[in-house]
Amino acid sequence: MKSPDISRNAARQVNWGSSKLPVLAIGVGLLAVWQLVVVALSLPVYVLPGPLDVLKALYADSDLLFTGLLFTLKVTVLAFAVAVLLGVAISFLLSQSRLLEQSVMPYMVILQVTPIVAIAPLIIIWVSNTFVALVTIASITALFPIVSNMTLGLRSVAPNLQSLFRIYRASNWQTLTRLKLKAALPYFFAGARISSGLALIGAVVAEFVAGTGGTQSGLAYIILESGVQLKVPRMFASLFLISLTGIVLFALMVFISNRVLGAWHESTVKTEH
Amino acid sequence: MDTAVLNALNTARAELPRCDGKGLYHRGAPIIQVDNVSKRYANGTVALERARLEIWSGDFVTLIGPSGCGKSTLLRILSGLGAVTEGSIQWWGETTPVLERPDQKLAFVFQDPTLMPWARVFENVALPLELKGTLDRATIQRKVEEVLNLVGLGAFQQAYPRELSGGMQMRVSIARALVTEPNLMLMDEPFGALDEMTRNKLNDDLMRIQHERKLTVVFVTHSLHEAVYLSSRVVVMAARPGRVIAEVGIDAPFPRGTAFRLSAEYLQYMTRLSAALDAASRGEEIAP
Repeated sequence: MKSPDISRNAARQVNWGSSKLPVLAIGVGLLAVWQLVVVALSLPVYVLPGPLDVLKALYADSDLLFTGLLFTLKVTVLAFAVAVLLGVAISFLLSQSRLLEQSVMPYMVILQVTPIVAIAPLIIIWVSNTFVALVTIASITALFPIVSNMTLGLRSVAPNLQSLFRIYRASNWQTLTRLKLKAALPYFFAGARISSGLALIGAVVAEFVAGTGGTQSGLAYIILESGVQLKVPRMFASLFLISLTGIVLFALMVFISNRVLGAWHESTVKTEH
Repeated sequence: MDTAVLNALNTARAELPRCDGKGLYHRGAPIIQVDNVSKRYANGTVALERARLEIWSGDFVTLIGPSGCGKSTLLRILSGLGAVTEGSIQWWGETTPVLERPDQKLAFVFQDPTLMPWARVFENVALPLELKGTLDRATIQRKVEEVLNLVGLGAFQQAYPRELSGGMQMRVSIARALVTEPNLMLMDEPFGALDEMTRNKLNDDLMRIQHERKLTVVFVTHSLHEAVYLSSRVVVMAARPGRVIAEVGIDAPFPRGTAFRLSAEYLQYMTRLSAALDAASRGEEIAP
């Protein structure tokens, strides 16, 4: 309920509209320079295709690319979902005890800093179902930001609010669901934004390593295959779709984050001066 | 004297108002008795040493003293949030910590409003009742509206905390404390971060509410003005180690207003408390 008595720091949503135009202008400008360079230097299409060649490939190979996109997207979304569920569950456990957190976190860090391309072949060997193996690899890649941020969030509840819940004799379940979970939401979404991108990277890396064929061909495999066949415009078209997927996933996370936190959290509202 | 007669006499005495030796008359036994309570932290810091305090029903007791004298520690101990190292506390005649006694309703107002930023004003105020889980929705609605009207925020039920000024947020915090109809309200420098005008207004509101609801309040402040204006009794504490060094009864009728603030009596209390605080900052003991 608004009223003139409400202080002047009333919040309003961050307006992304005003920042769209410069972004689009830079993008169009770069594409134009790219096309001009290709034409001016008469570069062959197997060395560097121009944006128009990529556009043609997108149209000509749309069926193949769309199938690849769907497959990669399926792996990414599933891996992200697994990372969120597993990550939140691990965070709950870690937040119960400092000792447990200090004991387990180093191993989570080891898992994070070990290059996924080094682990992926092992997982491909251990997991007989290729699709499950791909999801596993992508999930491992996406897991750490969720665990790290969510654990921090669950630990960052204001001490006075925790005392208040004690004074009102809240049960552990009430404190978890009505206080800790909600206080950790901004941390969760910060982790989820990073994690969604990592899930895509994990899916692409996994596909490269697995090299799946047939109907289970994702965008990464199309890049590999097109490279061998010197179909460079198709490689660029796949790359473009991977980037687009990453951007859409990030934008989706920002949208959900704004919807959930929009009314109250500093990260999503702009103060009027 | 015959034991039965002695018992009857004691019972009759307990029912009569009695003087606590500081100019104040109380009926019956104190609801809280702090008996030689000490609090030492693991690093050896003595936050509180042999503190004694009695609080009667309807009291407005203010704890005042230099920083680090254990005011907030004592308040947390009274709430049951903090444990004592030595000594004992009785809440309504029992040593069972008040947090473990569902029959006693305690409210705590912190220095910051301690509101849940994701919840609207209504949800913040309704929190204690919803956690309790024994009241139906209509009753909760009625009680929340009642206390919000009492603190002058009836029109702001759907606002988020960030949409309110600091003073309004503190009113929400007080409303949340009042919604449970507490037997004891503990307030830890609730108006410390507010400007003078807002503070005076909230002081008047608090005094009115305390008077209307016959609340028992233990209040911590750094402001002598606030202490004299609001309290029925002011407890002066000294630091290093934190201890109670004096108690001053403020024997002026309620409700108080500007006339009291401008009176010679008010000035006398201020002078007396100021001297006690000076002594406290020097670590001197004051004879009762």
